[in-house]
Amino acid sequence: MRKQLYNVGAILKGLSITFRFMFAKRPTIEYPSVKKQHAPRFHGLHELRRYADGKERCIGCELCSSACPANAITVIGAENTPEDRKSPGERHAARYEIDELRCIFCGMCEEACPTDAIVLTPRFEMSDYKRGALIYSKDRLLVPADAGVGAAPDERPNGIPGDLGRVAEIKSTTDIERGYSATNRGEILKKQTRGLAILPPQREDV
Amino acid sequence: MPDWLIILIKSAILLLVVVTTFAYAMLAERKVLGWMQLRPGPNRVGPWGLMQPAADAAKLILKEDLTPRTADPLIYRLAPFISLLTAFSVYAVIPFGASNAGVWAIGTPNAGILFLLAITSIGVYGITLGGWASGSKYPLLGSVRATAQMISYELGMSLSFIGVLLLAGTTSLDGIVSAQEKWWFIIPQFVGFIVYIITAVAETNRVPFDLVEAETELVAGFHTEYSGLRFGLFFIAEYVNMLTVSCIASLLFLGGWNAPFGILPMVPGVVWFILKVAFFMFFYMWLRATLPRFRYDRLMAFGWKVLLPLATLNLVVTAIIVAFLGH
Ligand code: SF4
Ligand code: SF4
Repeated sequence: MRKQLYNVGAILKGLSITFRFMFAKRPTIEYPSVKKQHAPRFHGLHELRRYADGKERCIGCELCSSACPANAITVIGAENTPEDRKSPGERHAARYEIDELRCIFCGMCEEACPTDAIVLTPRFEMSDYKRGALIYSKDRLLVPADAGVGAAPDERPNGIPGDLGRVAEIKSTTDIERGYSATNRGEILKKQTRGLAILPPQREDV
Repeated sequence: MPDWLIILIKSAILLLVVVTTFAYAMLAERKVLGWMQLRPGPNRVGPWGLMQPAADAAKLILKEDLTPRTADPLIYRLAPFISLLTAFSVYAVIPFGASNAGVWAIGTPNAGILFLLAITSIGVYGITLGGWASGSKYPLLGSVRATAQMISYELGMSLSFIGVLLLAGTTSLDGIVSAQEKWWFIIPQFVGFIVYIITAVAETNRVPFDLVEAETELVAGFHTEYSGLRFGLFFIAEYVNMLTVSCIASLLFLGGWNAPFGILPMVPGVVWFILKVAFFMFFYMWLRATLPRFRYDRLMAFGWKVLLPLATLNLVVTAIIVAFLGH
């Protein structure tokens, strides 16, 4: 009998707990409409940076590709010619592709790169309708010529505030197939770089 | 106007009210469950998710209507309609309020409560036949459970009614309500009330007595094979049954449309009735958010060894008191 009464008490206690929780503060972040600040060193979508004079940093050395544990990077280098100098060194990347579906976002490519060309940004919204669209080629990885030089992670110690969500606006290849232009990315980057806490580059740029 | 036309109009209005109540009861349940589990609940369709029922309906209508090859096609297709029809036909006798013009109900038969019991007993056929005609094992197990559970708990439920009938001295629902003008029957019939509340949860197959559709062991129980609109019909029937047992609880134990202690005489009775029903609906959602599912043997033991003796004892004591003291 005592046990039965105890059980009734337990049920009442359970009911009181659920009732209290009904008015408790909910920890839900309503994601697409409200976005949380990510960790400063969040490993997200890659970016190929430029020097201040607009030249590409990547010299096509393939070190990132050999460092990558997931075999996600394909680099095919080519010689620079005096007429068409894409990077300050002798070579540049003629093709540079990262399969973001293979990538495990470990950041080894970033560590391997001798020229700090490839960096991981905190952008993470890259879902798409086709697998092919997740293979990012150079035209989507390289910072557009009119959108600054890009920032290495140690140049944005607080992350990029408000940076969340801009990848969603970047037109994917699926959209390109539908006839949107890929240059939108430059527009978006320019818009979002303005007023963001990107510190001035610390090192001497060549 | 001829009588049949009035009844037709009344039925149409009531059907509309009940279906709308179902739609928003479902939304309310998901909201309340969400809040109790620290989630916001559905909030994407329309403001505060208010259009969610419409979206759900559209989804269910557009889904494919599957019939398994092993199913008995006629009974399989018929079963959801049995559930739905019995769930709705109860509202033919449920009164909602009273004014000088009379009782607000489609019909006020003398034996209203017997009609209620009869119809709700037929309701189990929808579930039993649906599970049996599906021709696969989980639905069959679900429907066997449904039969055993609903029959066992119906005994306790009917016995808890009889205490009220003895006190009111009538089997008509509006008569029972008007007998409660001074004292709600929850006070003299508290044990009966508790028995009724518990058996009502079991009758509607809701948590913690939802063994009929226990996901963890029976996939989805009796409606495992159902999809699309036919599944939706079972779903509507479940919620309408929930509404029905809430209405009965308010009518039999909480004084129906009588105001508590006769306060606020200007508030129409139907408002009190709606409030009471809403309280019971909330109570069912609350239970669902709180309690885990019973084990099957314990459910049976609880029904036969606790609720039935308790209801019988209550009945005997009530009968003795009524016999010696009058109403
Ligand atoms: S982050 Fe890691 S897995 Fe991804 S491309 Fe770079 S090295 Fe490969
Ligand atoms: S990104 Fe860096 S490591 Fe990779 S090929 Fe270019 S320069 Fe070499």
